[in-house]
Amino acid sequence: MMDKVGIVSYGGYVPHYRIEAGAIGAVWGIDGTARGKSLGIIRKSVPSPDEDVITISVEAARKAMRCCNTDPEDIGAVYVGSESHPYAVKPSATIVAEAIGAAPRMTAADLEFACKAGTAGIQICMGLVASDMIKYGMAIGADTSQGAPGDALEYSASAGGAAFLIGKKNLMAEINTTLSFTTDTPDFWRREGQLYPRHGGRFTGTPAYFKHINSCAQMLFEKMGTKPEDYAHAIFHQPNGKFPLRVGKAMGFSDGQLEHGLLTPVIGNTYSGAVPLALTNVLDHSEPGDRIFVISYGSGAGSDGFDITVTNRIKKLRKKGWKPLSEMVNDYQLLDYATYAKFRGKIRMGGIA
Amino acid sequence: MPEARFWRENQARYNMIGHKCGKCQKVYFPPRDMCPKCRRASMGKMEKIQLTGKGSVVSHTTVHEGLPEFQMQIPYTMAIIELEEGARITGQIVDCNGECVKIGSEVETVFRKLGEEGKSGIIHYGYKFKLIE
Ligand SMILES: [Zn+2]
Repeated sequence: MMDKVGIVSYGGYVPHYRIEAGAIGAVWGIDGTARGKSLGIIRKSVPSPDEDVITISVEAARKAMRCCNTDPEDIGAVYVGSESHPYAVKPSATIVAEAIGAAPRMTAADLEFACKAGTAGIQICMGLVASDMIKYGMAIGADTSQGAPGDALEYSASAGGAAFLIGKKNLMAEINTTLSFTTDTPDFWRREGQLYPRHGGRFTGTPAYFKHINSCAQMLFEKMGTKPEDYAHAIFHQPNGKFPLRVGKAMGFSDGQLEHGLLTPVIGNTYSGAVPLALTNVLDHSEPGDRIFVISYGSGAGSDGFDITVTNRIKKLRKKGWKPLSEMVNDYQLLDYATYAKFRGKIRMGGIA
Repeated sequence: MPEARFWRENQARYNMIGHKCGKCQKVYFPPRDMCPKCRRASMGKMEKIQLTGKGSVVSHTTVHEGLPEFQMQIPYTMAIIELEEGARITGQIVDCNGECVKIGSEVETVFRKLGEEGKSGIIHYGYKFKLIE
């Protein structure tokens, strides 16, 4: 029988600053709080001018490394999934690998699949670990996404990321299975050189998000022979605060099962970081034996599903340098729109190249 | 070429790797090939040491008029930090507006962008500090 592959350690990172929906709406002459409410978003995270996908990934990966005994030189692969890599050409993953001490005897690459590039990284690491090509792999999903000023996405697009150390030994959570559902769907895109993404109106809801998540979830239930009540927690991609609740409840999950896997209302949509961050928060709130149901979604489009069981080892992890994500979620500083615009480079500066 | 200079120092700057003098045990960061105190006696005795990145604030100042490339971050706080291992270094304190930093404040390193060579040039990364709650 093949050894189980799973999560050895994990870490999430959310920037310190936030802006509230009300402060965004005020600038455009609309009731932002009400707009936020309709999206299920109270506030969203804002990265500092000196933060990007690379710094967020490094912080998340270091957090994961701090609460396990894995030698960073045993990490054979680092994958960073994002749609906001700082360089168009030059991988984020090489810098992250160097910064966690994993380089140079390893492989690294950047992944892109809208909001599911992070979970795609977990699947790739699982394959490499299962086939014994590598001992450990670090899979990271992170983004610092932007919405055009005044666009609906401006209320949600935020920043954050999470890292998972995937291996076979010392698992704090076993990944029982993973599978995916993928089609060619033009619901959301950004062309090379364009600052802000575009969404294909009628494609964004039913034929995209709901269709892929539902199909992937059905496949996962069928393969595992499970029902919603078999799981302690369920996590769905969360472009806003409403979609994940709607899709989860329609499947039969309760508020309690969805509670810890929903962060978008208080940090916004972290894109490739969304499901990974939600998973770190759920693991923070898990007990040994808890089963977790996870479905990510990336526009373009596809969903990755995971069935995960938490092991006894989670207790060990918590004794060693572990800090819950809630510390970062609950400790924040609010910005006004002007400072937010300055931080996000929405103001054109003179005299700077 | 600044890219090459930065690149050579990356490993030390990313991961807080210093040098310790094998003779007098003094720790240096960034790493030095020779201990200025022991001079010749330290040659070949400087050992790599992984620093914890933790330390305390010795002095600090809030910058209101900085270099154009740091304009987006004004006002920002710079501090001299004494690391646990004894070495003193200068660094920016992030995620605070200056008022929260005091002499003796405990800090730890975070990984941030240090600067970039214009809009099309290389981006430099390294350590800054944040307060430990
Ligand atoms: Zn010496």
